[in-house]
Amino acid sequence: MRVLVTGSSSLLGRMLVARLLERGDTVSVLQRQPAHLAGVEEVLGSVADPTAVRRAIAGCDAVVHVAAKVGIVGTWAEFAETNIVGTRVVVHAAQEAGVNRFVHVSSPSVAHSGSALIGAEAGPASPKSARGHYAKSKAEAELIALGANSSAMCVVALRPHLIWGPGDIQLVGRIVERARQGRLAYVGSGAALIDSTFIDNAAGALIAAIGRAGSAAGEALIVSNGEPRPIGELVDSIVIAHGLTPPRLRVPRPFAFAGGWIAERLWRALRLDGEPPMTTFLAEQLGTAHWFDQRRTRELLRWTPHVSIDRGIVRLAAAHAAGPISSAAG
Amino acid sequence: MSRPPSHEQATRPPALPGIEPAWSRLVDIVDTRGTDRTFHVLDTQVPDPLLTVLCVHGNPSWSYLWRDVIAQAPPTVRVVAPDHLSMGFSDRTGADRDLADRIDDLDRLSTAIGIDGPVVTLAHDWGGPISLGWARRHLAALQGVILTNTAVGRGDAPAPRLISAARLPAVLGAVTQRTPLFIRAALRMSSPQPDADVRDGFLAPYRTRDRRAGIRAFVADIPLDPTHASASTLERIERDLTLFTDVPALLMWGTRDLVFGERYLHDLEDRLPHADVHRFVDAAHFVTEDAPVAAAVWDWIDERLSRNGVTGSGLGVDEPQPVASLLTVPEGADGPLVTEWREHGWRSVEAPTFVARVRCLAAGFRTTGIASGDRVAVMIPPGIDLTAVVYACWEAGLIVVLVDGGLGVRNMHRAVRAADPDWLVGIPSAMVAARAFGWPGRKIVVGEMDPRLRRSLRVQRSLRETEFAGEGSHEHHDPGDDPPAVVGFTSGSTGPSKGVRYRRSQLGAQRDAIAALYEIGPTDRLVAAFAPFALYGPALGIASVVPDLDITRPGTLTGRALSAAVEQIDATLVFLSPAAMANVVATAGELTSEERAPLGRVRLVLCAGAPVRLGLLQAMADLTPSAALHTPYGMTEVLPVADISLTQRMAVGEAHGACVGRPVEGVGVRIHPLDHDGRPGSQPTNEPDVLGEVVVRARHGKDSYDRLWWTEHRSRTADGWHRTGDVGHLDGDGFLWIGGRVQHLMLTADGPLAPVVYEHAAERVPGVIRAAAVGVGPVGTQVPVVVLEMHQRSRRPLPGPEVTDAVRHEMAEAGCLSPAAVLAMTSIPVDKRHNSKVDRTRVAVWAEKVLAGKRPVRW
Repeated sequence: MRVLVTGSSSLLGRMLVARLLERGDTVSVLQRQPAHLAGVEEVLGSVADPTAVRRAIAGCDAVVHVAAKVGIVGTWAEFAETNIVGTRVVVHAAQEAGVNRFVHVSSPSVAHSGSALIGAEAGPASPKSARGHYAKSKAEAELIALGANSSAMCVVALRPHLIWGPGDIQLVGRIVERARQGRLAYVGSGAALIDSTFIDNAAGALIAAIGRAGSAAGEALIVSNGEPRPIGELVDSIVIAHGLTPPRLRVPRPFAFAGGWIAERLWRALRLDGEPPMTTFLAEQLGTAHWFDQRRTRELLRWTPHVSIDRGIVRLAAAHAAGPISSAAG
Repeated sequence: MSRPPSHEQATRPPALPGIEPAWSRLVDIVDTRGTDRTFHVLDTQVPDPLLTVLCVHGNPSWSYLWRDVIAQAPPTVRVVAPDHLSMGFSDRTGADRDLADRIDDLDRLSTAIGIDGPVVTLAHDWGGPISLGWARRHLAALQGVILTNTAVGRGDAPAPRLISAARLPAVLGAVTQRTPLFIRAALRMSSPQPDADVRDGFLAPYRTRDRRAGIRAFVADIPLDPTHASASTLERIERDLTLFTDVPALLMWGTRDLVFGERYLHDLEDRLPHADVHRFVDAAHFVTEDAPVAAAVWDWIDERLSRNGVTGSGLGVDEPQPVASLLTVPEGADGPLVTEWREHGWRSVEAPTFVARVRCLAAGFRTTGIASGDRVAVMIPPGIDLTAVVYACWEAGLIVVLVDGGLGVRNMHRAVRAADPDWLVGIPSAMVAARAFGWPGRKIVVGEMDPRLRRSLRVQRSLRETEFAGEGSHEHHDPGDDPPAVVGFTSGSTGPSKGVRYRRSQLGAQRDAIAALYEIGPTDRLVAAFAPFALYGPALGIASVVPDLDITRPGTLTGRALSAAVEQIDATLVFLSPAAMANVVATAGELTSEERAPLGRVRLVLCAGAPVRLGLLQAMADLTPSAALHTPYGMTEVLPVADISLTQRMAVGEAHGACVGRPVEGVGVRIHPLDHDGRPGSQPTNEPDVLGEVVVRARHGKDSYDRLWWTEHRSRTADGWHRTGDVGHLDGDGFLWIGGRVQHLMLTADGPLAPVVYEHAAERVPGVIRAAAVGVGPVGTQVPVVVLEMHQRSRRPLPGPEVTDAVRHEMAEAGCLSPAAVLAMTSIPVDKRHNSKVDRTRVAVWAEKVLAGKRPVRW
């Protein structure tokens, strides 16, 4: 099978490409900067550029659309350009090219407005209630992708929650960096139950979705390890895996929210670069439960995660022992 | 024939949730005055029904009240639920109708819509008298009568206060008609509060002042005094209830009703002594809204009518033999029979004296006016007085209501109200509590009490006076073959305490089962530090002693007190609760070698009432080196079910839950396997290694639950198996393993998991005192969470990486799923009576809050 992976320089993109190549697929990749991946056909360009996308997609049977603008820094226009326009361009190009399997990588945040999520189901994407530029733009993108589902092209949206693993700069990198600086703190008691996804499992679910696109067509499915953990325990494990001491600091939830609110406005007002140390979004993510019902996902994809959290932590420690993550500081 | 033009005519209701438009119909009748009237009726219109259920609402409501009953009706049964005239969506008649008119209206309606064939009436509130008036005219067709929160007569008791208040001239119009206050207030009494759409449903036909005229008329028609127009009609209905003694009856009551309180239930119980009774303890006036009345209605009809009442009567085992007397003191026995510790010394009563005292008391009870079959609540700490009173009650054919202090105040209060004793025999503090809480029953005080206090507490007699009164009276009273003998209560660790009724033969069978199982003979002497068994000495025909302990706090028995009690009668047997044993072991260090010596002569230690830890038994075994240590398994409903010795328990280990041993002689134990969602089926199996609800049957099991017809119905299978609510499995060697309670199963995506295995694994981690395993999250996708109580207390809910890793390691060793979280609680809530059964439901609520990221609640 010939598969196009957009956004292959991300952690998930890289892992997915490696797994596809392993099983003998022909892989094309599309992203702005060279991804330095061997054995792939690389097209450089933006997902919002129809010409580049058309070139990359030619001759493909399947598309996995990973590319997205993530994080909390940036203007709405920037998020909309990559996430909404980009998805529309990729979806149209796929339809034109006669692609019959389309896996769209989405996010659980597209359907939820910030209350505690306890064994929650996926629910429909809602650009109105989603919070923040990222979630709103991804919600629009998911609607566009699933809207293109047809008998000619089966579209599945997967929403992996909180991906981590060796080489991860988003979550692991930040936690470790802050722990080194002694700036890592729990929000509240640290007991909020959080779902997360070990990187190999996220890639495995995407591959399962390519195979099961027919059965899962039109669905939005949340992907996680199915092993929710208290955020404090997960963070402790990651920190310990890097040979550091777990944090002792605790920020009460209201302070975290207030701090996030102030920091967001300061950063905006002063046009500071990078991310504020705390945002309301982050305070909420770290302070309230986010875990999901995995039954439908597993049933439709006929997939179960292969790497448990405990084994994932061991892999993290092994990767750390093998050599420091050079890009950890981001 | 005419129709007054100025009044609104009947209509069909608007679309309302819970009501199918197809049920709604308008039915014309000509009333007794020759006027055309139109009823609105909910009617399932089943052709050629096997049975018709006629539902009669009260005030202020309408047929909406019966929507669940209608929805759950079997296909062969027709349900008819009219709105009275001027009520609901029926005609507004203008003229106020009295009780006789309403009965007549209903009669004409039932003819008009063709109710012929077998009928069961179902009524609520003032629909009760109307339904009974109708039923009186249709006795031939009447198959059953169901009444909920209603009244027919009230004897000498005053009218419901709230009704009297609503009838005050200044109030009546304002609350019943000018405003919808009467309906709103009636609904407000419900708990939990009905949803907004249900409130709207009740209010739908009463939106305007004109439409509410019927509510006012209905209230005005309640005969508060004998001159009232409807008084004679009501009186006749009341009198005619004697005609219903062959008609199956069910009385279902929300006990928190401020209008029709329980005295109206008791009044109906007196008039319909054959009636089945079910009290919904947390339900209020609108019992159909607060409790699953519809399900109970259909279960009752199914059991009492469709199957002619055969269900539930079959025990499936031999009936126990009738017992002439439970008092079996051997002829010629003259040593101390019962010994107790009081204040600073031992007191004993010799066998002949005890027997004489029991006879005097029994006779004295009768001269006091206590009639056979009366209920006598005893609130006396274990010892001579309690034992004498209980045996005297049994001799006199009275029903002993055992309300022990270990229930806690709230459950004690509920228990007394549920049992509704005619008499209350108790120590002075119990008399004070009885007055303070308004407990029913005339009072007999045990011990001395100041005469003025006695008067103010309305104490009728003292126990001594009763005994004097019985002296010299030797008339023997035969209470019948097998009278009900006792009502005890479950500990209420998994819901409100339930009353459990035993007949005398069943108590006899229980005594025989214990005697046979533990080979108890005349040479044995018993230390009874466990409330129910403290009474069994005279029944077993052996001497017993109650050690120095506060029975309401079982954890107060010290090693010293136990040793002294053993020495006092040279005891061979010790019965105690796990909490008492824990404190004995904890205080064993204070024992001198002389104090240890008597413990060394004990041959058998029994520990019952709640799960006992292996380590605790081993520590106890060190104190009583010659004794076999046994833990009987059972429940208030059936005890013993199984038994295991410490030696056996150590041999089988704890890997699969808590092994409670093999079933004892004469007890059947089976499993109702669980489905994927954790619901037990109804096919008993004894296949090994199948997880499910444990069901048992034995001749020494209970007679039935008390005033809990529906609970009894649901807990007993057609073949007489008692559903224990415990989850477990049988192994290949016939051992029974318990994994927790059905309602405590963790309902994960991988199927139901029993908590005890998880708890045992966690309790192997050093520093852990106690553990509770609970499922958190939506049913079917719950995750297991282990909550610890640690020696090292901390207010932080996460116990830290070392403890967490150790717990996860033990889980993996035990073959458990890795828990989503390991949490620490400052103290895990346990039941009051045994200080041992973990309240997993409360733990789950706490864990859910903590894991949601909300601020944890402290206990």
